[in-house]
Amino acid sequence: MNRFIRTAVVAAATLSSSFAMAADKLVVGFAQVGAESAWRTANSKSIKDEAEKRGIELKFVDAQQKQENQIKAIRSFIAQRVNVIVLAPVVEAGFEPVLREAKRAHIPVILSDRRAKVSDESLYATFIGADFVEEGRRAAKFLAEKTGGKSTIAELEGTPGSAPANDRKKGFDEIIAKYPDMKVIMSQTGDFTRAKGKEVMEAFLKSPDAGKITALYAHNDDMALGAIQAIEAAGKKPGVDITIVSIDGVKSAFEAMAEGKLNCTVECNPLIGPQLFDLVEKVAAGQEVPKRVDVQEGVFTQEQAKDALPNRQY
Amino acid sequence: MSIALSQPRVARRLPLPSRQTLPLWITLGVCLLMYVAAGLRYDNFFTPQVAVNLIGDNAFLGVTALGLTFVILAGGIDLSIGSAIGCTSVFIAAMIENHGWSAPLAIGVALLGGTIIGIVQGLLIAFFELQPFLVTLGGLFLYRGIGLLVSRESISLDNPMYVWLSGVEWHVRDGVDIPLAAMIFVVLLLLCVYVARWRPAGRAVYAVGGNEQSALLMGLPVRRVKIGVYAFSGFCAALAGVTATIYMSSGAALTGAGLELDAIAAVVIGGTLLSGGVGGPLGTLLGVLIFGIIQTAISFEGTLSSWWARIVVGLLLLAFILLQTLLQPRETHS
Repeated sequence: MNRFIRTAVVAAATLSSSFAMAADKLVVGFAQVGAESAWRTANSKSIKDEAEKRGIELKFVDAQQKQENQIKAIRSFIAQRVNVIVLAPVVEAGFEPVLREAKRAHIPVILSDRRAKVSDESLYATFIGADFVEEGRRAAKFLAEKTGGKSTIAELEGTPGSAPANDRKKGFDEIIAKYPDMKVIMSQTGDFTRAKGKEVMEAFLKSPDAGKITALYAHNDDMALGAIQAIEAAGKKPGVDITIVSIDGVKSAFEAMAEGKLNCTVECNPLIGPQLFDLVEKVAAGQEVPKRVDVQEGVFTQEQAKDALPNRQY
Repeated sequence: MSIALSQPRVARRLPLPSRQTLPLWITLGVCLLMYVAAGLRYDNFFTPQVAVNLIGDNAFLGVTALGLTFVILAGGIDLSIGSAIGCTSVFIAAMIENHGWSAPLAIGVALLGGTIIGIVQGLLIAFFELQPFLVTLGGLFLYRGIGLLVSRESISLDNPMYVWLSGVEWHVRDGVDIPLAAMIFVVLLLLCVYVARWRPAGRAVYAVGGNEQSALLMGLPVRRVKIGVYAFSGFCAALAGVTATIYMSSGAALTGAGLELDAIAAVVIGGTLLSGGVGGPLGTLLGVLIFGIIQTAISFEGTLSSWWARIVVGLLLLAFILLQTLLQPRETHS
């Protein structure tokens, strides 16, 4: 029994190593966060499609929002001897040891969409992602322009401690500090979800200061869409009585803009596939790449929404 | 005399499949089959590093499942272990990073705390004859609540000792490094096998799980055994929490959420009867390895959704429970 197994294992090992010789196309391991939102799904699809188009073999692992699953995935990518690893870290902390393993195995790592906190910058080749602070700034600039620098703002924040929530708040605050008549009077987390956005907005509208609110800033579209329902239920006109600006640019936000209920969405582009694989190919070929690459993004207002809507993929 | 002489020869013979060990043999077969099948299908699967990763990456599932094995052997269940991992990991990280505790102190207090909560659960179950399911469900909520109270966010561990710990590995040769987490798992496994097989305390666990009434009549300290298994399970869960902080260099309250169910699945797939008395830690190792092989194979495949792991485990679990029911001798049905 024992000898039989050993023989089988050896035979299998010989077989599989002969297979390995045949394949020499680029192999890329991608450790994705999960499938928690429409944005993320669009992000994954863009990456998979682009890999297929370029004839790159993609090993795609969905970590189900768990850090341990991502570490496992990276370990297995290292064992598989992929050419490049791409990681969209679930959280910022705790990736240093496994990134060091990748470095020791001479496999370059590209961080995508979210940063990871590491003490040694050489542990990753480059970071490609949206500039969340800039998104916050753009949202504030739109609001300042739209309201002539005068507004009393309610804010729906993202998941506490997450990079997009921290940075989108920071960028927004930076700009409105320049306008003495723009003030955030209420701010609470809506956890990036539609349901929580609606619930928190309901609470805002029941508070004694509810009458003062003239504008709403939501850290993502889903929360803004929830808030729109709450505003309508309270008998006010979203987009008219309360100016609403949010971030992401998902399709349903464009629909809301076309109906006049949302005033502006700052795009956070998930379709990073082409840009990402340009980097992957450069890194695999040993070429120099910049340490930070921004994703191309835009700002959309109601006037543009109707034209852009048919082309939205997510 | 002749009996005494033939005794050692019997002991040396290979343990042939019996009604009690058949599930274990089948698990071993399934485990090997999966390993070989995956190795044939994927390049670089039959490398030592993949084998080491199977142990190291599943160390905290393994450590928890070993503790749970004894609880289940004694006829109980412990649902609190998954949240215990998260609670201890966030506690350790918060105490070290925000309150200036030293790493050994934080780890020591966490291990002690896990053991004490285990003892309390054991006391409630042994003396008040409460349902283990409900008592440990209470434990689950208690741990989860405390953990989230400490911090809702993941806390990064930059403490020098932790940085050092997370880098500790046994460099066997190039490309084969055994991390600390794997070593903890293996040492605990050996200890568990020894206790289960050769120590009176281990035998008493089997006796209590096999038939509590006769164990009592035999004069075994049934209550002490029960308290002991929950204390050990609590300790193991806390140790798994420590392992998790080393593995991830961070602590988060939701680490290990739902892991109790994976652990139960691993123990049952490993041939331990949920009704108690039959099974053991070696089977649990196989159960954990099956989990690991499925996950690794999915990441090697590269295009399958990672949720397939759960589907396969679910089907295996159903198959094994069915098998166990068919194999169970009639007289223990009650």
